[in-house]
Amino acid sequence: MSTLDTVVRLAYLAAATCFVLGLHLMNAPATARRGNRLSIAGMLLAVAATFVLLVDSGATTPAGWMVLAAGAGVGTVAGLWAARVVPMTAMPQLVSLFNAVGGGAAALVAVPELVPAAGAASVRVPAALDIVIGTVTFAGSLVAAGKLQGVVPGRPVVFPGARVVGGGLALATAIAGGLLIRGYGGGAAVAVLAVAALALGVALVLPIGGADMPVVISLLNACTGTAVAMAGFVTDNSVLVVAGALVGASGAILTALMATAMNRSLPAILLGGYGTGDGASGPGGTGGAPVRAVSADDAAIQLAYARRVVVVPGYGLAAAQAQHALHELATVLASHGTEVTYAIHPVAGRMPGHMNVLLAEANVPYSEMRELDAANAELSLADVALVVGANDVTNPAARRPGNAISGMPILDVDRAAAVIVIKRSMGHGYAGIDNALYTDPKTGMLFADARAGLAALSAAVKTLVG
Amino acid sequence: MSAELLATLSIFLLALLVGFEVIGKVPATLHTPLMSATNAIHGVILVGAMLVASVAETATDYVLGFVVAAFATMNVVGGYVVTDRMLGMFQSPASQR
Repeated sequence: MSTLDTVVRLAYLAAATCFVLGLHLMNAPATARRGNRLSIAGMLLAVAATFVLLVDSGATTPAGWMVLAAGAGVGTVAGLWAARVVPMTAMPQLVSLFNAVGGGAAALVAVPELVPAAGAASVRVPAALDIVIGTVTFAGSLVAAGKLQGVVPGRPVVFPGARVVGGGLALATAIAGGLLIRGYGGGAAVAVLAVAALALGVALVLPIGGADMPVVISLLNACTGTAVAMAGFVTDNSVLVVAGALVGASGAILTALMATAMNRSLPAILLGGYGTGDGASGPGGTGGAPVRAVSADDAAIQLAYARRVVVVPGYGLAAAQAQHALHELATVLASHGTEVTYAIHPVAGRMPGHMNVLLAEANVPYSEMRELDAANAELSLADVALVVGANDVTNPAARRPGNAISGMPILDVDRAAAVIVIKRSMGHGYAGIDNALYTDPKTGMLFADARAGLAALSAAVKTLVG
Repeated sequence: MSAELLATLSIFLLALLVGFEVIGKVPATLHTPLMSATNAIHGVILVGAMLVASVAETATDYVLGFVVAAFATMNVVGGYVVTDRMLGMFQSPASQR
């Protein structure tokens, strides 16, 4: 190994170390930003080392450099623009989009290794896997981003024979991949493989409903990581292998967490067809049981005299752009001694931890955000639980067997001394079932748009406590 | 199986285990920035993109190189910038009130 080779490999090792330490620093909000910047330093190091390697080898043609520079220029502008302008509510779409391009790039990197039909099996196997996983992720992530953005219907898209089509595509992918691994086919087989895998990615994500998106995004993230690791095997590049493995692990952990939080198995989610689309509300009603509607003034009195208030935000809060109104109400309450915390269910947003980011954007300090277990401990001590835009995750029916959400871990809102629910109508959540919380005698329903309702509450509390 | 492949496989497996260990400790509050940061990290495929473009000779190769470079750079730059933007929003209680 030449000196330069050794230096480059050491640089890759240092970059991989930066990635690991950077992720380690993300275990606390106070150090997380530093962690991300360490990770950036690692990335710059890896790219710089590769640059030196290419310059030294002298194999790159002038046209090659131009193509590389042009591509990098376009990518930088697109990435910067997207990262700067996208609102926090659209973060899941953006992450999906970055996932798609990452997966696409990983798949394309393997193509030159397979087109001349030669080479060792130790390269052909990961190359074929890379193309399959990367391409499926590319197509799947684009569909997921489309669903989240509302370009593609958020409801599960199922048609008769969909499973057969999916099975056929998987078979075609496997056959083309197998041929490539055995060294047959070259360019044609790669093309067949790519097309089949693209269609397979679409077919996999289309039948999955909007409610399952947090799982899908996590899973696609894990897939991109795996594809990048495979690309590392193909190019015999350790930093790709390590980075890919880290992302794969992260995606796998988040996938498992999200599936647990919904009490749904991964195969069931992937088979699809569950739940409805975005903001869907089936015909309302709670089986005839009466609900108690309250005015903003009544609710404000309850809040103003409470010592402990736990807010339970759901995606409806973000959809109504009401985070800031919520924070304002919390500030008013806190200013005269009421303790306000936020109970955040793992699937409160559209991706893992989404609700925390939305609240952080509205200047809610992270020390007031509670995870499921801590939140439930506080809910049983709370004077008032204020539910805004959350539905299924508060439904006590989850504790009973025999319904769509049985066994799902929920926030024990019904254990608070009193409950106020801000909701536009009696519509259903994703699961499409009645919420017994709404007919609980201690629950007051404030029928209003989240933002308007919270603003009315703030105003009423202000006049009460002057 | 060659010694090199075995060594790479070991690196892969160990990195996976390190990943589970390190990432398992990240609190739920930071899961979105975590995912976006790991998203940026897999943009390291940019290194692979550079290697592909470096051996490009035909027109197809060049098109391929351009697309890979654009995809990977967008992934890296966008991923890191948006993660930093998000993490900047997480305020400590001290900086408030």
